[in-house]
Formats: sequence, C-alpha cells, structure tokens
Amino acid sequence: MSLNELQLGEYGVVKAIHATDKVRRRFLDLGIVPNTKVKCLYRSPFKDPTAYFIRGTTIALRNEDASLIEITRMEESSWA
Amino acid sequence: MGLTASGTGFKSVDKKIHITHSNKVIALAGNPNVGKSTVFNELTGLNQHTGNWPGKTVSNAEGTYSYGNEEFTLIDLPGTYSLLASSVEEEVARDFICFENPDTTIIVADATNLERNLNLILQIMELTDHAILCLNLLDEAKKKKIDIDFRKLSYSLGIFVVGTSARSHQGLDELMEKTKIVSHTELEFKPFEVSYSEVIETALSMIQPEIENLIHDPKKSRWISLQLLDRNTSLSKSLCDHLQIDILENKSLKVATQEAHRYLREQGITEVSDYIVSTIVKESERIYKNCVTIHDEKYNEKTEKVDHFITSKWFGIPLMLLLLGGIFWLTIVGSNYPSALLSDLLFGIQPYLVDFLNWFHTPSWILDPLVYGVYQTLAWVVSVMLPPMAIFFPLFTLLEDSGFLPRIAFNMDHLFQKASCHGKQSLTMCMGFGCNACGVVGCRIIDSPRERLIAIITNNFVPCNGRFPTLIAIITMFFIGMHSNPLISSFILTMVILLGIVMTLIVSKVLSKTVLKGYPSSFVLELPPYRRPQIGKVIVRSIFDRTIFVLGRAMMVAAPAGLLIWMLANIHVGSLSLLAHLTSFFDPFARFIGLDGVILMAFILGFPANEIVMPIIIMSYLATNTLVEFDSLFALKDLLVSHGWTIVTSLCALVFTLFHFPCGTTCLTIKKETGSFKWTIISILLPTFIGILLCFLIKMVSTFI
Repeated sequence: MSLNELQLGEYGVVKAIHATDKVRRRFLDLGIVPNTKVKCLYRSPFKDPTAYFIRGTTIALRNEDASLIEITRMEESSWA
Repeated sequence: MGLTASGTGFKSVDKKIHITHSNKVIALAGNPNVGKSTVFNELTGLNQHTGNWPGKTVSNAEGTYSYGNEEFTLIDLPGTYSLLASSVEEEVARDFICFENPDTTIIVADATNLERNLNLILQIMELTDHAILCLNLLDEAKKKKIDIDFRKLSYSLGIFVVGTSARSHQGLDELMEKTKIVSHTELEFKPFEVSYSEVIETALSMIQPEIENLIHDPKKSRWISLQLLDRNTSLSKSLCDHLQIDILENKSLKVATQEAHRYLREQGITEVSDYIVSTIVKESERIYKNCVTIHDEKYNEKTEKVDHFITSKWFGIPLMLLLLGGIFWLTIVGSNYPSALLSDLLFGIQPYLVDFLNWFHTPSWILDPLVYGVYQTLAWVVSVMLPPMAIFFPLFTLLEDSGFLPRIAFNMDHLFQKASCHGKQSLTMCMGFGCNACGVVGCRIIDSPRERLIAIITNNFVPCNGRFPTLIAIITMFFIGMHSNPLISSFILTMVILLGIVMTLIVSKVLSKTVLKGYPSSFVLELPPYRRPQIGKVIVRSIFDRTIFVLGRAMMVAAPAGLLIWMLANIHVGSLSLLAHLTSFFDPFARFIGLDGVILMAFILGFPANEIVMPIIIMSYLATNTLVEFDSLFALKDLLVSHGWTIVTSLCALVFTLFHFPCGTTCLTIKKETGSFKWTIISILLPTFIGILLCFLIKMVSTFI
C-alpha cells in the first residue's frame, strides 16, 4: 500500500520510494528512507494534503506525492 | 522572509557572499525553523526578522559581534534540510561552507527534534572540521522532558556541543567562547566521519586522489568526490566558479569519474544519493538513540490536539476566515482614533510651518509647493497609513511567531494545487495584505521558479494596507449606510478580499495552463510546534522592521508625488489647471468603464502610493489646489454624490481599487525579484486589464437592469 492510503491515526513503515528527481531528494532530506516509521496525523479540510509524523516532525505531503511512498501498515505497539 | 530592511536592503547579501574583512568569519547554518535567526539576532543585535515557519531566511544577513576583545563576523546562511543542493538556498549554504572557508561553522539544531537535525549536522561535518553544534530551544526540550546527554553527543560527533535557549539569551556566552576557541585553534579536529558501504568507498577512492591533486584538502576532496559520484550538476558549476576546476575539461578527473560510475553500475548501484542519504539517516538514528531519552512520549499531543481542531473539516476554513476578519476588524476599529489624532496633529502643525518659513522670507514659489504639496501629502500618508500598519503588522507577526501561518498554507493548499500552484502562495498573499512589495519579496520561499513567478504576478490581487483605507471608506459610505457598523463593514471587506483571492486562483490557473505551463512541484511543508510568541519583542520588531520600513518607503515616493500633484493642480493652461485638462482627457474612457476622469486620473497619479488616491479625488472635485482632509464621511459622501457617484460608480471604484497596476514600489520589487522586464510589464498589464474588464461588465449589467 502507499502512504496516502494510511488512515488517520494509523502507523506505517516505509518500504520503498517511487518518486524521482527533486521529489525523491526532498523525501530523502526529510529522512524518509526505507524502514522509517510514519504516523498519519490529520488531513486538511479539503482532504488534501495530509500531515504525517516523521522522525520527530510534523510534515505535510500532498496525497499525490504521498502515493509515491510505499509502506506497510504497522501496529501502534511497534511505534516507539 | 526577507521582509525587512535587512532582508531586502543593503544588509542582505544575495546568492554570492564574499568576505573582505580580517575578522574571524563564523557561518551560522541549520535546518529551517530552529531559531537560527534568533541566535543571529541575539549575538549581533542586528535586527533581522525571524518567523516560526520554515524557509524564512532566503538571502543572507551579515552582522558582527565582539567577544573577548575580538570582532567576529557572523553570516546567517539560509535554513536548509540538507546540502545536496536541490534548491537555491541549499546551494548558497553549501557553497559558502565549502568554498569560502569560514573559520567556524555553528550548526544550530532544534533540541526537541535532534534526529532529523543530525542529518544536516553530519553532512556539514563532512565538509568542515571546524564545526560547533548549538543545540537551541533547550528550554522547550526540557518542557517536553527530552533528556539529551551532551557529553555523549559531543563524544559521538567529535565537536563541541553547546546547549542554548537563544530567546532568553541562555548559553550564548558559552557558544561565543567555544566559537573563539575553534576559530583560533590550529589543532587538528577529528570529528566523526560517516563511512559508506564498501562499494561506495571503493568508488570514492577512484575519484578522490584526482581532486586532491587539485585542491590539496583531503576532507573537501572526499566530499566533492562523493558529490561527483552522485552526479551533482550544481556542484560542478560551483567548482568551476569558485575554484576554476572544470570537470569536463580536466581529462584525468573525467576519466576517473566515468570509471567510478561504471564500477557502481557493475555493482548494481544506480541511485547513489539513496545510499548516501540512507547511510547518513541511519547514523543519525544511531547517534540519536544513543544520546537522547524521551521521558514523556506524548509530548506532541498538545500541538496535535490544537491542529486537529484548526485543520478540521468543519472548523478549519471558517476559523481562518474569522481570524482574518477579526484582524481586519481590529485594524479598522483600532486605527480610527489614532488616525484622527495624528492628522489633527500634523495638519495642526501646518500653520506654524508656514509662519516659520515666512519668518525666513521664503518666497511663495518655494513655500507653496513645499507646504501645500509635499508636506500635506506626507501628513496625509502618515496619518492614514501609520495606525493601521502599526496594528496589522504586529498582529500578523504574532500569527507568524506562534506557528499559525504554516497551518493556513496546509488548509489552503488544496485550492492552490487545483490552480497548479503552491500552497505557500497563501502565505505570500497574507504578507501582501500588509504590503504587496513585501509579499513579492516573500515569494522567495517558493522553490519552483514557475510557481514563484505565478505567486509574484498575482500578489497584487490581494489589497495591501495602502488600499484598505480607500476600500473601507467606499464600503462605509455606499454599502452600509452612514451609521457605520464596523462588524458589517469588516464583513463586506472580507468579501472583497475573497474576491481578490478567487481572482488570484483563477489567474494562477490560467497562467499555469498557458504561458507558465508545468506540473505543480512537490509540496512538502513542515508544521512546526506552536510556540508562545514573545509579545513585547513582536511589537517592537514589527514596528521597527516592517512598519517604519514600509512607511519610510511610502514617504519617499509620496513626497515627490505630492510636489507633482501640486504642480498639476496649480499650473494653468488656458483657464484650466493641468489636472483639469488631464481629467477631461481621461473622462470618456473612464465613463465607459463606470468610473469618471477624476477617479481614473487619481489611480494613475496614485502610482507612487495607493494611499493618496482618495485625497486626489477629493482635491479634484473641490477644484482646490491642495489635498484636502475630510473629517466626516457624511460630507465626503455628499461631495461624491454631487459629482455623480452612484452605487455603480462606487462598485466600479471598489473593483478598480482591488484590480489595477501595482504601486511603484511593488513594480520595482517585481523587476528586482524576477530580473525580467517582460514579467514586470505582464504584472502591470494583467491586473489592469482585469480591472477594466470587470468594471466594464458591471457598467454593462447596470445599464440593462
């Protein structure tokens, strides 16, 4: 599944990044690499973008961009 | 955000930074929004604006401070997440640390979010041995019960680590002390160095000797080689500019690079940057876990709760509109009284000024234009502009400092995405409410050139402080009756502003479908934790940095404009003044679009500063020779109605106030920011055309009703 499919309050682990060029660079800069844990926090009133908790920071991504990040769902217990 | 004298004026150093003095040079680097500019301000005392949202410093400010009888020059580099140079800011920061060889680089990091910050820290340490880590926001970290083992961290990184709370000046003395030590010492520091996988290290060793032959610096050679492995094209250009090394010209280097790439391909590695970044991220994670303990895992809950509300489906947008309306309401109501007071004062001084000049036997051909032209215009501009700005800018800065602005961008982004532009444009629009020239400068926060250009061209569609008085006066006189209720008037004003916003989106969409084609770039926005703004500092800073700055600029254009207007009103050709001639010249066309010659001419003469549009209209109707001040809107309405103003005229005037050419200062700023004459002309023609078209439509519709 991809990151944009994660529901509010759900947790996930990054498996792969399918973005290219600048978008890929941006993701890497933010520390979004395989095995990074993410939590889906909230969506904007128009349902897009969505805010995620990634490596101690709240980062907003457009759903279109988030769809380029492949993840697997994770239990809350494995978050910390 | 580069909104200030220091950000836009002589103190800013754009793109290339060259140091000429003999002081020790200290670079200040760090992620966006870690209080880097606060550290800078606290150290240098130079007031450079800081804000609680990412990507503020886009040009570099420079300042000095002394410590222990010695002067240090501090360079505030743009905030960046990495040095891999995917944006101009990263390129500036990287080139400075790499090629200008600062004596020390202070890396400012957020103590509440060390893990992500370590990414940049490790990258900078690949470039220079002379680094110090300044762990800022320590007070916040303590509040959130984040425990950082400084000794372990310092040991792991191999550099000094100093904890600071720059807002309350804590830890800065130690920072200056350590900076002095590092910048003076000849000792070889041996900071921690990231090692990569065997394959990458092998490939590195194929290029590194070639670079070392050229620059004789093992550390930088290693780093440059790494970038060459990553095919970093912007670095190749910088190498050429700074060190006169042309990679394509240097044969042995070219061969070595090609061989290294072939080797990597054979080993199945295509995306080198992934390996580099992953390694750094993993090292960051390791060091972080080693040195930081979080006692309260739920420390982020407060911000999350507030955000849930602010970004919620039902409350998000109304809340923002309410807040915007509230700010306007406060600005309108709050500035009424001080405006009247100021204008009483300034116009009260005028007779004394006349007496004073007469005492010197100043001839009337000097006295008249000076007092009735220049002074009166200035007095008008100051009394109309100063109070609203002194209220609006501090309020806006409070929003900025508290961290609310990025949430606005978050809530609004979808609309901007639909218009193929960037959510951050909503922030530059907000800034435009204060001053369009400031908003245009602010567009630097948008990375993609295409989206930045759209934001610059459309910034003028939101009315600035200079146009508010005109809008408010017209609304009060013609749309809500004379018993003005500030609530209704701010509601109508909010509607007018919404019209401007809708037009911004439409025009942005049209531009990105036609002349500025392209896909929206990625939208990555950090939502920083809310911070309690320092109210005292906010007021002082926004008054000095923004209010006085904008007012000063407005006065500079208003003074000559006042002289020109006086001359037009007082030089007669035949029986009529030049002003009257101009008015009758514009009249036929103006009536065609629902205005009249006086209104249109007032907008043209108001090119230097929109504030003087209304005074010129009044002056022309009264056929007086000088600007006239009206203390009552009743009298003003009577005057306008007696000159043929109807509800249609006022509607057209309202629309034309919103949509016409940007003021002189904004035009100059657009030219400076885009570096293009063509886009400046387009920015002038586009809103003017839309204004004329809308006014014409209103006029047409009204004749058929």
